[in-house]
Amino acid sequence: MSTQKRTHPLIIAVLSLFSLACLIPFWLVLMISIADEKEVLKHGYSFWPQKFSFVAYQFLAQDAEKILRAYGVSIFVTVIGVVVSLFVTSAMAFSMSRKDFPLRGALSIYILITMLFSGGLLPWYLVYTRFLHVQDTLLALIIPGLIGGFNVIIMRTFFTNSIPPSLIDSAQIDGASEYRTYFSIILPLSLPVMATIGLFITVSYWNDWFTSLVFIQNEKLFSLQYLLNKTLMNASFLQSIANKAYSSTAQVTQPLESIRMAMAMIAIGPLVLVFPFLQKYFVKGLTVGAVKG
Amino acid sequence: MASVEVLEAKASITRSKTRKGKLWKYRSLIILALPGILLMFINNYLPMFGIFLAFKDLNYTDGIWASKWVGLDNFKFLFASNDAWVIIRHTIFYNLAFLIINTVLAILLAILLNEVKNKVMSKFFQSTVILPNFISMVIVGYLVYGFLNPDLGFVNKFIMEPMGWEPVNWYATPEHWPYILTIVNTWKNVGYAAVVYLAAIIGIDQEYYEAAVIDGASRWKQMTNITIPLIAPVIIILTVLAIGRIFNADFGLFYQATMASGMLKSTTDVIDTYVYNALMVTGDTGLASSAGLLQSVVGFILVVSVNLIVRKFSKDNALF
Repeated sequence: MSTQKRTHPLIIAVLSLFSLACLIPFWLVLMISIADEKEVLKHGYSFWPQKFSFVAYQFLAQDAEKILRAYGVSIFVTVIGVVVSLFVTSAMAFSMSRKDFPLRGALSIYILITMLFSGGLLPWYLVYTRFLHVQDTLLALIIPGLIGGFNVIIMRTFFTNSIPPSLIDSAQIDGASEYRTYFSIILPLSLPVMATIGLFITVSYWNDWFTSLVFIQNEKLFSLQYLLNKTLMNASFLQSIANKAYSSTAQVTQPLESIRMAMAMIAIGPLVLVFPFLQKYFVKGLTVGAVKG
Repeated sequence: MASVEVLEAKASITRSKTRKGKLWKYRSLIILALPGILLMFINNYLPMFGIFLAFKDLNYTDGIWASKWVGLDNFKFLFASNDAWVIIRHTIFYNLAFLIINTVLAILLAILLNEVKNKVMSKFFQSTVILPNFISMVIVGYLVYGFLNPDLGFVNKFIMEPMGWEPVNWYATPEHWPYILTIVNTWKNVGYAAVVYLAAIIGIDQEYYEAAVIDGASRWKQMTNITIPLIAPVIIILTVLAIGRIFNADFGLFYQATMASGMLKSTTDVIDTYVYNALMVTGDTGLASSAGLLQSVVGFILVVSVNLIVRKFSKDNALF
């Protein structure tokens, strides 16, 4: 905002406080997960336990099957979801970015309506359970997230603004079909927007627990977030995870509180590792998204 | 003369064929768009046809079509119970509070972030403030629980107890939750919004500021006369979108952060949690569908009218 080179210390102080507030809850959960259970029961959750213990993680390792399965479900759903979604979204956006395409306007309205009006939860639920019959299958976790009007519009805007029409024309004069144009010209040229939208979709699939809550009964199909949700809300579910490991451990008390928080850490862990890479694209993507569609 | 007639006839035949022919010419593009069109039809349009369910007494044994029409009975029941007004009020108040607080704080945060000259520091701050946006609401539920667990939570053990205050059973005390949910929502969303605004601020031409500095404008003046007016379009678009969603609560926030505690309903029940409960817990499809339809219709009216108002003042800033 100004030509000054150094940042005002007050600004640094305010931003540091803000950053701290964003990080502190994670720290608290991490500390609970590695605190000694007796210590926790006596003094409560603290930012620096007097005694550390990794028993909770050992417990979870004993019963790793459930967690690994949930990881598997989440990874599978996310990978398939992102790949299919990127294809569907970009293909639709590509057609709409073509100025001569006669259905251009109609499709814009078609998308706009989905962004403005919805049928509500009950009809939506009925479509998936009574019409498509996908409840209790992985399809129920994948299909709902495959298309989003906003993503199509962001991509269309990118294609319209960043890919010169003459490029497409010359390819077609050289005899390339629309499919060929799409796969060998559009896709390679739109890596930035594909990466950004891909990340948005990845995060929403990975963090999704709602579709599981609504459609999934079968324990084998629990996604990671839904397993976590069950562990947090349902004491007996937590107990069942602890019990299974309990029988094979010499531990006297089950560190229930620490197990609960260790579950959360196991889910947060991978995200924190990839976060620095994601963050760069996110900030870039937001700049793309800020361009009005 | 005859040849002219023939030519005209030919022209009219080709004209009637043009639309079909044009679509045929673009068949590859239509095929490329088709999966998206179909998926939107399934996910968005089919449920829209389902709005008539709000006027039916849905009965799973008879099926959707055979169920009895009941006119406005579902709505009468919804409004007679007094629930309707409570959940509508909650939904609007929470969303207005979220909208105002988040917008003001996000713009402020964006301006501060833009002032950081050191690249490493700037990156660090941007990363940390946007981090909460990456985690799922389930994890947020855990974080809140870490602070508010009635027996062991940080707030009771390390704030209330040392201060000599009675510990609070947070998950059974509804009156605190408007504040708690507002804080949680801000914590989760403000960093993301700030980065959107930051992107807009970075896009401002530096020459404006250089000219302002030459004219002796203070930093405050630069902010109020350059930065804010120039990011106004982004502020307006985000606000119009938020107002369109004012009848849709963030289900995850209200469900996960409260741990779906029934004792908190008097201050935390919003249309979305009510519909979910009516549908999945009590199985009252009449209430679920009438509340759901209300939500869609009012949301639609809101976004269209706000957009109309914006259009009146500045056509460029309108959404459509």
